[in-house]
This record gives sequence, C-alpha cells and structure tokens, in this order.
Amino acid sequence: MIREVDVSLITETVERLCLDANYALPDDVVDALEAARIREVSPLGKQTISLILENVSVAAEERVPMCQDTGTVVVFADVGQDVHFNGGSFRDAIDEGVRRAYTRGYLRSSIVGRPVGRRTNTGDNTPAVLHLHLVPGGNVSLTLLAKGGGAENMSRMSMLTPSDGLQGVIDFVVETVEIAGPNACPPVIVGVGIGGTFDSVGALAKHAIARPIGTTTEDDETRQIEVDILRRINALGIGPHGFGGRVTALAVHVEMAPTHIASLPVAVNLQCGPAARSHRAVI
Amino acid sequence: MTTVTRLRAPLTDEQILPLKAGDAVLIDGTVFGARDAAHAQLVEALRRGEVLPIELTGQILYYVGPAPARPGHPIGSAGPTTSGRMDRYTPELLAAGLRATIGKGHRGGAVRESIVAHRCLYLAAIGGSGAMLAKRIIGSEVVAYEELGPEAIYRFEVRDFPAVVVNDAHGLDLYEMSREEYCERA
Repeated sequence: MIREVDVSLITETVERLCLDANYALPDDVVDALEAARIREVSPLGKQTISLILENVSVAAEERVPMCQDTGTVVVFADVGQDVHFNGGSFRDAIDEGVRRAYTRGYLRSSIVGRPVGRRTNTGDNTPAVLHLHLVPGGNVSLTLLAKGGGAENMSRMSMLTPSDGLQGVIDFVVETVEIAGPNACPPVIVGVGIGGTFDSVGALAKHAIARPIGTTTEDDETRQIEVDILRRINALGIGPHGFGGRVTALAVHVEMAPTHIASLPVAVNLQCGPAARSHRAVI
Repeated sequence: MTTVTRLRAPLTDEQILPLKAGDAVLIDGTVFGARDAAHAQLVEALRRGEVLPIELTGQILYYVGPAPARPGHPIGSAGPTTSGRMDRYTPELLAAGLRATIGKGHRGGAVRESIVAHRCLYLAAIGGSGAMLAKRIIGSEVVAYEELGPEAIYRFEVRDFPAVVVNDAHGLDLYEMSREEYCERA
C-alpha cells in the first residue's frame, strides 16, 4: 500500500524541530544535568551547572536559542519504502524547513557555502546535512540535531588496527575528550562509532549522540563499554567547562557496525551537554 | 567559589593584579565583541600601522558571534565561542593595549606568555549559556566591520556579566590547576 505524503509536511516538521532543538533542551538532558549538579563535588563546577540550567529556563521562557551557535542542521531521515512524496523534492523540502526556522526564529546563520576561499555565509543556514535511510513500512521518522561547531571541531576519528582492540578504542575515546578539555563545553555527550568503513563510522558516532540519555543499547557488551568509558572520562578531572570536577561527560553512547577483517575504524563525535539539541518526529 | 570581584573597563593594574586563576568576576560597563573574521581585519590594520576602528587601551574583548535579536531585545543569544581560534591574533592585540579577553577553552603558549608579559587576564564565560548571558547585555551596537554580520565588532554595555579567571597575570592556569585537583589516578 503506497502512502502519499506531501513534502510541505516535511518542511513544516523540519521547521518545528529546528526551533524546538534551539529553544529547549530535551528532558533527558535536563534530568542528566540536574543529577550532575548533585553529584558534582567541585564548587565551581556545581555553580557552572546551575548557570547552565538557568540558561535552559531563560531560553525556553523567552524563545531565545540556548546557544548563539545554533548549529549545522543534521537530519537522520528514515523513510518507509511504502511512502511516495508529492509536491516537490524531498531534499528541497528539508532545506526549506531549515530556511524558515533560521530566518524567522532569530537563529544564527552559521553555514558558509564553500569551506575555503571566500567562505560566504549562505544566509539561511542551509543546506542541512542529510542521512537518508530507506526502511520498511509507511512512516517517515526524522531525527534532527542542531550541531554546534565548538564540540564538532574537537571530534576525531582514527583507523585503528584489529590488534589495537577494545583497549585501543577506549584509549582513543578518552584521549579525545582529554584533548578537547574545556573547548567542547563539558559536560559532554560522547558519541562513539566503532566499525564500518572510513565514511560510515562518523555517521555512527553522530547517530549515537542523538540517542536519548538513559536509553540502553540492546547488547550487554556494548553497554559495558559505555560504562567503562564514562568512568574513565569522569576520572579525568576536567569537570563542567573545564573548571575542575567529576562530571566531564553526562553519557557515552556507542554504536557498532560490522567491519573489514583488516580494520578497526573508530570515530568520536562530541556534543556539548549545555545545549545538546536533538529532537525527533514521526510523520 | 571565593570572593566575586567586579570589573569595569578601562582595566588597570589595581584591578588586574589581585585576581587569581579560579576567581569569579562580574563585569559591568563596556565590553567589545569580536570573533574570527574581525580579528583577522584588526590585526591586518595593526600591521599596516592604521588607526584601529576601536580604541583597545584597557579594554575587554569578548569572543562572540551573537544570534539575531528578537524585537525589543538588545541582542540575541550571545555566549562565548572557542578562544583558541583567536590565538594567532591575541598577542598583538594585548601588545597594543587590550587588557582582557573573554571566551571559552584553552589558550596557546604564546598567548599565555603575553598575558603575563602585558599583565592581562583571560576569562571564561559559560559556553552554551547564550540566552542567560544575553540578559546581562543591556546595550549593543555594531561599531566596525558591519559587513561581517555576526562576525562584526560590537560594543556591548553589560551588567553583572559572569566570568571566571582562567589565566591570570601571574602565569596561573585554572584548567591545569583544576585537573590536578580533581583528576582520579588509576
């Protein structure tokens, strides 16, 4: 059974998700920050988390973005194979939603059209980065992140070798958070991709940061790796905003994929906790 | 938190020298805002021996590219951006009279040396708190390089703007000290 979907619905949904992502911290992140405020032992760290939570309230009340860096829009679209889109291009509909949100919603346009040379701002925060997946069924699921540049710049990937093993992976993740230090606006959410290929491992890490805090992976081994990495990161002493403390990360999310017998790709995507913005909708 | 010191530009040795890494401050009065593109232009102008569009002596520079303001608000969300990207320009600006910078994240060795040499301060504001910090900015105007949009140079009037001393004029670094204090060794 073919389901007809007008692309204007995609545009409206993307516009709403962009605004939500910038004005409101998801409940799971607010809960994690409130727990962190209690757990944090450093006075300056505790006060920093209080200011972050005050910021969340101000942003929601005044409909002002939590962070002036309103991000690159990254969309994970899981499109049911029974869906047929009417009314124009799916890709253009996504960018139109971004355009409306950023030009009408007092969000900063932070995208330059070419990365080198003139670096002219596109003026409406387009284009979005789109990860499109075809799935069974007749729904369209959109997960949208407004991804800040500061934490993105501190993210890293490496083609490890199989002999580096799990220990090599864990060391690389912890080292990434350590190098980032205060630059990534800790407490951070750490997205880790392991496996796949050079191009796909980064997308795994990005997908991992969009997962709500507190949801667990189905696989016990992966869950144990998340726990071990989080413990090591929070022993680094970096703390909220690098002012010292025991809460450097709110969560570590790991996603794995099959890989080549010669390979062990690992990617670490950092998401600032204070303005962690991912929202989803099913159409 | 120990004591909270109030700062107002133009800054003098009497205000700067008692401050130590880890001290909390509240800033009132004038703060200039500039980020990557404005820094490149300022330092080019300095190297050509031109008069700068803003007088730097004793001033405080905030690394920020604000979001657009809602009607009735002086400014949109306005938190700090990563300071390290300004490192290649900062020593020349401090040598030209700038006394304090506000941003987030590590400074390089050359910047830290020039902070000591010129008796300056590097302050961190809370990243990702642009909505809260915007409420402490009570006035805003673009004063130079308007064509750069969010990267123009702004003059802000601030009240109770909170920041923490990361690098003081005596060579201390809060990020290093705090890790030393809270790191749990295996």
